[in-house]
Amino acid sequence: MTVFHRHPRLRLAALLSAPLLWLVVAYLGALAVLLVSAFWTVNGFTGEVVREFTLANFRTIVTEEVYRNVALRSLGVAASVTVICAVLALPMAFFMAKVASPRSRHWLVIAILTPLWASYLVKAYAWRVLLANDGPIDWLFLGHGPGYGLTATIIVLSYLWLPYMILPIYAGLERMPTSLLEASGDLGARPGRTFRTVVLPLIVPSLFAGSIFTFSLSLGDYITVQIVGGKTQLLGNLVYANIGAANNLPFAAAIATIPVLVMVIYLVAVRRSGALEEL
Amino acid sequence: MRHKVTFLAVGVIALALAGCGSSDDEGGSGPGGLSVPKVDKMAALGAGEGTVNVVAWAGYVEDGSTDPKVDWVSGFEKETGCQVNTKVAGTSDEMVALMKTGEYDVVSASGDASLRLIYGGDVAPVNTDLISNYKDVFEGLKNKQWNSVDGQPYGVPHGRGANLLMYRTDTVKPAPTSWGAVFDANSPYKGKITAYDSPIYIADAALYLMKTKPDLGIKNPYALDETQFKAATDLLTEQNKLIGEYWSDYTKEVQAFKSGDSVLGTTWQVIANLVQADKAPVEAILPTEGATGWSDTWMISSKAKHPNCGYLWMNHIISPKANAGVAEWFGEAPANKLSCAETADKNHCATFHAEDEAYFEQVWYWTTPLAQCVDGRTDVTCKDYAAWTQAWTTIKG
Amino acid sequence: MTLSVWSRWALRAFMAVGLTFIYVPLLLVLVNSFNGDRTFAWPPHDWTTRWWSAAWDNSGARDALLTSVKAGLGATAIALILGTMVAFAVQRFKFFGRDTVSLLIVLPIALPGIVTGIALDSAWRSVIAPLGLGKGLFSVIVGHATFCVVTVYNNVLARLRRSGVNFEEASSDLGASSFQTFCYITFPLMRSALLAGGLLAFALSFDEIIVTTFTAGPGITTLPIWIFNNLFRPNQAPVVNVVAAALIVLSVIPVWLAQRLAGPEAGASRT
Repeated sequence: MTVFHRHPRLRLAALLSAPLLWLVVAYLGALAVLLVSAFWTVNGFTGEVVREFTLANFRTIVTEEVYRNVALRSLGVAASVTVICAVLALPMAFFMAKVASPRSRHWLVIAILTPLWASYLVKAYAWRVLLANDGPIDWLFLGHGPGYGLTATIIVLSYLWLPYMILPIYAGLERMPTSLLEASGDLGARPGRTFRTVVLPLIVPSLFAGSIFTFSLSLGDYITVQIVGGKTQLLGNLVYANIGAANNLPFAAAIATIPVLVMVIYLVAVRRSGALEEL
Repeated sequence: MRHKVTFLAVGVIALALAGCGSSDDEGGSGPGGLSVPKVDKMAALGAGEGTVNVVAWAGYVEDGSTDPKVDWVSGFEKETGCQVNTKVAGTSDEMVALMKTGEYDVVSASGDASLRLIYGGDVAPVNTDLISNYKDVFEGLKNKQWNSVDGQPYGVPHGRGANLLMYRTDTVKPAPTSWGAVFDANSPYKGKITAYDSPIYIADAALYLMKTKPDLGIKNPYALDETQFKAATDLLTEQNKLIGEYWSDYTKEVQAFKSGDSVLGTTWQVIANLVQADKAPVEAILPTEGATGWSDTWMISSKAKHPNCGYLWMNHIISPKANAGVAEWFGEAPANKLSCAETADKNHCATFHAEDEAYFEQVWYWTTPLAQCVDGRTDVTCKDYAAWTQAWTTIKG
Repeated sequence: MTLSVWSRWALRAFMAVGLTFIYVPLLLVLVNSFNGDRTFAWPPHDWTTRWWSAAWDNSGARDALLTSVKAGLGATAIALILGTMVAFAVQRFKFFGRDTVSLLIVLPIALPGIVTGIALDSAWRSVIAPLGLGKGLFSVIVGHATFCVVTVYNNVLARLRRSGVNFEEASSDLGASSFQTFCYITFPLMRSALLAGGLLAFALSFDEIIVTTFTAGPGITTLPIWIFNNLFRPNQAPVVNVVAAALIVLSVIPVWLAQRLAGPEAGASRT
């Protein structure tokens, strides 16, 4: 202990070595192997990976129109889900943090957390029943429910990831001193203006933090879309089909570089706001 | 089936000629000059080793842990002293990967995995003399392209089923008789048609073209050259406009037909039964063109550590009682003739056409498409499964 | 800001609609667990408790639950240790690359699960499996721990920022050893942050399916995998529904417990 006490560098090394070994060597290493394998091919018959450098996989992805369409569709779904979740989560989180009494706040947090424990698959299947022909949603919209398809996928994904958006925004609002809002009101700002000029800028990091969850979880999903997506396919389905059915890891890896690239760009962009520490 | 066997025979002869120069340690030859690694089959059965490690599909090895009444493993363990350790595999690829590790003794391989296992040298030929129940297996399942090479069986057949055409009798009128119903661009059921969600579904389109466009010269829906493949995928791309959803799991399909989200499309017999049991008006038929289907085979590893227990298991799983149990639980036609007397539902074999060889003669069982055409052609290369997968992506758009 | 009565009511109504949106499908799961129809035809025409008794007899589900709890506890334990270590390093030291650490920690959860899944799977197969350690429960724990570290890290980091080092300095000025300071000062200060981070880590692991699909060794069936396997078999779908309904009811226990132990904010996120 005294050695550590006298040598802070040693303490730092002791603290960092294990986690960094884990994340850099195990995780980044695995990712690197995956990305490298995107430049390999697979022997169609034996299923063995042929370790020779080739750009064939990327050439297919760039030249075949279908991959561009699916990538854009997936991005659109992820963005829509994020926007819907944010729009729903903001007032809910605001109510929980600033309007509800401390006692009911306690129960509201439990109410938001509980659904996270119910199986994601079972919830998606419950939605399949809700969205069925002549099912409850059709009944609610007088026979004009969306049915299965892209719209249904966006609704169900928004449903599934909503708590992940509410929680960071709630935590952000909760930490914000109420006196700040009162000061704004005392200085004559109407609630709308206070919200725009005081609340929103302060919870932007929390909003980004929530969006990392909703965006990335939607971008990689392949199960919900199978259940309620009709004939829709997203990037996750393509990766899964190529690795699961066709045993073509290199091509799956090549497709996987698209969401990786998108997420890394997104993370670097929102990092300045401090969003990464709000998850 | 008969014509299929003929083509296979022609293919094998052509390959045998092509493969004359190969060395003696080759065990046999397959499509496109591929050779089978020589693996010895077991000569005599010894005492059980106390354990058998099994790779199987979910529902094939039930020891009562899902439902205490569904158990065909405990009795076997008591009787033979072979403890059964099961690994449930999700895909054929996982099965192949697991068998390559050498840790497993037997596997319930589907037609899209069995060939890879045989040519990869991962499974051993089976000495059917040591499997007393083999003689009772339906002849229509023995010595087939996906379970045998040159008349040497590489496994014991387990069960089979066909991919049928199902429709809602209250909506779809007149009743369809041909696969043309699901490919009709002017179909009144647009948006309510369903299809199986797998690249292997391309074979269904190829089968339809084989019967309706003889000019294409398709002889086997799993052996498609460039032109034939393009015709099949074009047909499916057109069909995509008609599709409401693709299905791959039973629950989804049953529910869609019951609610009316789907009214017409491919199905399995077991799904048709379930929908009917829930009182929805559906009918499932084998269309005039025939159909694709599946047949699973129990195979033994070439590196099996417990070969005797493995043989005992293969004999047990196709024994009349166990085979009947699996067939009813999983919903397929049993492989053993005597199973039909053992099923709890006395109509099981009739419902699943188990004894109807004429019915299964019209079925083209799932087989892995290879670059070396499985119909025996050597003058062209065929599209392999990786190409089928990529085409399936493009079809779904 | 002083909200008008009208806007308070509007927010309250919005909250009610939001909660309805969240709970209607869950209610449907509960109701359907008594639905006599095997594929949940709506509206239910006959009612039964046979699925509940079938689920009770299903030892596969019980084994899967146990596996999930083991995997969750293992992953949470690793995440607690690694997350706390990094949080201390980042908060108490200045070092080159400190700013990239948070990016690195967020990455496993920010990248889609299928990417993390196949990356770990192929790395395990090509690097670790040849050393004789095949995929099993351990590889699931490794996979889950990788994306769970972030929840602990963020909670602990926030707490460290807020509490500062005054108490610890006072402790060591009064002659306590580093170990004593950690036991009597640092750890008690951290407790609710650790609990909040750990709970979220456990919840993430407990319902994870995509990474699990790729990292589970053959024969390792966590509850989500069991649900996945059984949901797609028609005889079993109602039993799955019962298990899910039971989970929803039971999940109140850990959430409530955590709230009791660590104050009202613990369940949510950092305090």
